Amino acid sequence: MTALDTRPPDAETQPEVFEDVTDPPSLIGRWTRRVAITSIVVFVGLPIFTLLIWSFAFRWNFPDLLPSEWGNRAWAYVASDSSRTFEGLWNSTKLAVLVTIMAIVVGLPASRALGQHDFRGKSTVEWLLMMPIIVPTLVATMGIHQIFIRMRLTETLFGVALVHLIPAIPYFVLVMASVFANYGTALEETAQSLGANKIQVFRYVTLPAISSGLLVASMFTFLISWGQYVTTLLIGGGTFVTLPLVLFPFLSGASHSNAAAISLVFVAPAIIVLILTSRQLGRDSSAMGGFGKL
Amino acid sequence: MKDILRLPFMLGPALGIVVLLFGGGLVVGLGQSLGYFPAIGLRDFTFEHYASVLTDSNFLRSLWLTFRIATVTTILSSVIAVGLALVLRQKFAGSRLSSFIFQIPLPVPHLVAASGIILLITQSGLIARFGTAVGILDTPADFPALVFDRAGIAIILTFLWKEVPFIGLVVLAILQSVGPQFEEQARTLGANARQRFFSVLLPLIMPGVLSTSIIVFAFTFANYEIPLLLGTRFPATLPVIAFRGYQDPDLALRPEAMAVSIVLAVVAVLLLVAYRRLARYAVK
Repeated sequence: MTALDTRPPDAETQPEVFEDVTDPPSLIGRWTRRVAITSIVVFVGLPIFTLLIWSFAFRWNFPDLLPSEWGNRAWAYVASDSSRTFEGLWNSTKLAVLVTIMAIVVGLPASRALGQHDFRGKSTVEWLLMMPIIVPTLVATMGIHQIFIRMRLTETLFGVALVHLIPAIPYFVLVMASVFANYGTALEETAQSLGANKIQVFRYVTLPAISSGLLVASMFTFLISWGQYVTTLLIGGGTFVTLPLVLFPFLSGASHSNAAAISLVFVAPAIIVLILTSRQLGRDSSAMGGFGKL
Repeated sequence: MKDILRLPFMLGPALGIVVLLFGGGLVVGLGQSLGYFPAIGLRDFTFEHYASVLTDSNFLRSLWLTFRIATVTTILSSVIAVGLALVLRQKFAGSRLSSFIFQIPLPVPHLVAASGIILLITQSGLIARFGTAVGILDTPADFPALVFDRAGIAIILTFLWKEVPFIGLVVLAILQSVGPQFEEQARTLGANARQRFFSVLLPLIMPGVLSTSIIVFAFTFANYEIPLLLGTRFPATLPVIAFRGYQDPDLALRPEAMAVSIVLAVVAVLLLVAYRRLARYAVK
């Protein structure tokens, strides 16, 4: 199928679309490919590999290539209450799930309107919804912070979630509007003319058709919230602690091992989300293609 | 017809969040930058904060630094991503595994990327250790300072690590949805690989590259935590200066911090609109 497909080789194989187009590998072509793939593996892998080693390093002085003493001190620290890692993990998870649900509730109808309907002022609506990508969220967040202080929404889960929703909406809508546009309304109309009611149409026709794209959009929304630092710091007032806030102080040098271990806790759920959704990433090309339609 | 009546309800909630919340935040910020800050007794409309910001040579140095980092990141990540997408769409032994590895940075938070890059490229980082082991370096100081450096190399590397897969995956998705027929036609008509790339593939993927590069530029231009962690304290990038000013306990400094923020936002919008226009024109 495609390069995006990450199924194991023994899974059902689909016709290879590009097989005939790409040149039969010449010597130069093959070497270019080898160099490119090696660069990908090294460039992607090295920072993560470094984090793994550091998280188990007890003593690692310059210029030793590997730690002279290994240990799980950093991991013991991560597991302790004083590191607040679990509190951060729990808050980050609650927050990202809440933001994803909110994005689906407000984003799905909007994406459908933009993907399947033409109406007066459509381009204005599109521009407005894309604004949080173009105008720095940080700038608006400072103003929102002062509004939220009056509304007593600072230092609350809901207040932080509302602010995370702002950068999430344009990405969610880009992806889902593209998915809706790609899929059209013909099937739904057929189902309706055959006597299906609205709930049946959504459950048996719409949802299966958009599910791959919806998963990709939800993954992006989850990860946007998961990675937020400065908006959480500002609206959460430092008392609502998420993983980025736990990690940040260690990045300025206090302890490399602790920074590495917390980083790995921070990245693990994200990688799990990718593994769960990477098949869908390749399945519906209109989803990722949505980012190409800004 | 019924659908048309439903449209306001479908678009309302999303527009409400963006216009009222996001827009409201911007209006509050704009008001303060213009001297409207009742909390500390300021009610008089003034441009003095903008004047003092725009005539400050340090501000202009920071603006240039911010612009340079975002531009270099955007150009490099677009070019590298297109090149790698062309390799990754081929089928070869290990192509699926390579594609999976290519995707890994996509979900990794920027702070974790920064964390890994720091441990890798500081003067006592893994690469410097390796250089010492093979005898190229004697002391950490022999390794070039890539973190907290004037050129912002660590910042750019961190952004590249994150953004190359993003642009690359969008390009791959476009190539997949377009399919091979145009290239096959071009080949039948006698076009060589170079002609097929510049006359067939590039025009097809350009809109996608353009739109993702807008996202990347906007993101890197306005990012706060990466330049804060990996950059010099002076000059710092504009988002760092703006947030530092906002957090200052002295509220009298806030209007100027908001002026920096608004200038940051206006410059971002102007640059991106101009870039989009220019690129659309060039593509046509």
